[in-house]
Amino acid sequence: MNTLLEVKNLNVNLDEERIIENLSFQITRGEFLTVLGSNGAGKTVLLRTLLGFLPYEGSITWHQKPKIGYLPQGLNQLKVKDFPLTVQDFFALKNPTPDLEEITTFLHLVGLEKDILLKTAGNLSGGQFQRMLVAWTLVSHPNVLFFDEPTTGIDIGGGETIYSLLRTIWEKEKLTIFLVTHDLNIVYKHSTNVLCLNRKGHHCFGAAKEILNPEMLEKVFGTEIKFYEHH
Amino acid sequence: MSSQLISSLISGIFISGVAGYLGTLMLSKKMSVVAGPLAHLAFPGVALALIFGFNISLGVFPFVIIGAILIWLLEERTKLPMENLAAIIFASGVGTALLFLPIDKAEEALIGSIEKITPLETIIVVILSLLVFYVIKRLYQKMMLMNVYEDLAVIEGINIRLYNLLYLLSIAVVVALGVYLVGGLITAALIAIPAASAKNISGGLQSYKTWAIVLGIISAITGIFIARFFHLPTGPMVVVSSVVIFLISVIFRKQSF
Repeated sequence: MNTLLEVKNLNVNLDEERIIENLSFQITRGEFLTVLGSNGAGKTVLLRTLLGFLPYEGSITWHQKPKIGYLPQGLNQLKVKDFPLTVQDFFALKNPTPDLEEITTFLHLVGLEKDILLKTAGNLSGGQFQRMLVAWTLVSHPNVLFFDEPTTGIDIGGGETIYSLLRTIWEKEKLTIFLVTHDLNIVYKHSTNVLCLNRKGHHCFGAAKEILNPEMLEKVFGTEIKFYEHH
Repeated sequence: MSSQLISSLISGIFISGVAGYLGTLMLSKKMSVVAGPLAHLAFPGVALALIFGFNISLGVFPFVIIGAILIWLLEERTKLPMENLAAIIFASGVGTALLFLPIDKAEEALIGSIEKITPLETIIVVILSLLVFYVIKRLYQKMMLMNVYEDLAVIEGINIRLYNLLYLLSIAVVVALGVYLVGGLITAALIAIPAASAKNISGGLQSYKTWAIVLGIISAITGIFIARFFHLPTGPMVVVSSVVIFLISVIFRKQSF
């Protein structure tokens, strides 16, 4: 098997509180993994740990050196409202700065026109900004993508297109994708594997159709979750 | 034009230009007020210089730079916001200085002495300004990305610690130069105001940077001439010019921000 990442007995504490307990899983190259879990289950913490931002116990082994693209949770157009940055300026912050032709190619890929380059980044709509960020992430040709709830603050239709977009790019560029979401629909439609997290260490990992049954969901999310099977 | 006036103008132009440039980064990091506290750190240096009778700038530079390094170390250790730490550093600087500083002789430290600057000092000011300008230019894009979202900067392979240190050292040098031009009390104005005016009237990063430098230089030139003509103190007049420009920029404010 073409294993990309191996996580063994991972424990992560934040401010003395255990957020991730005894988590083990493996990712093969080209996988589209959805990380699922209720609020506070440690999805973002897991991503940030894998990215090297947080201290941990256990082992995280990359079998090939990844070239990472990261779309963090909570970076939106309102966050950059205070910066006098046009979209083009925003791309120029990349290290090294991509050339204009390349930027335009990726803008087209995410469904944006070239004339957006001269607009102020903070004035884009939520959906436009998110697409722009996807292009921003992709322009340096990463082979592993970490997307943390990329549809936060976008209406349902907009969210759906972002996910189809990810799916298209995943198929086209042969990437490995880690997607954090708590949207169950996405899991069925797009991902190859699911990793579900909860604070008590009841994790599950496997193909969506195999592991996502009502019993498992109850374990992960608690009892209040209603489950509708997709046909 | 007297050679003294030329020296003052040249140093004024260089100091205010580089201060305006640096200000654009500091404004976007929401720490343009940090310059104030750092400038107040000049006071203990001034106190020592006055007591032992050496050149004031020799007292100012070490203190401001040590202050910047302290802020850097404390930020690493405590993760407190830089502006908060600057307030602590400020209090320690002024507190110590007031114990020893002969207040009646401290006017130069308070409002600057650009009208008395010597040709040699002018050369040093120009060299330091160019050096800092170069450093800021090199770190500008990376610092801006750190300001926007630090995690992204890490993923882009930026050494956050190193850039924060270079950034703080640049601030320290600009602040120490600013103490020359307008004095410790209002150095923050040199850094904060041109950037704010520039932000009002520009639509992108390039015009923001350019306008901040240009407006900084304009306020230095007009300030120095008006002060000379009406026999007013130079440093405060430079700052007042800067404020007037800011008020004008409010009228022409672009609605997009």
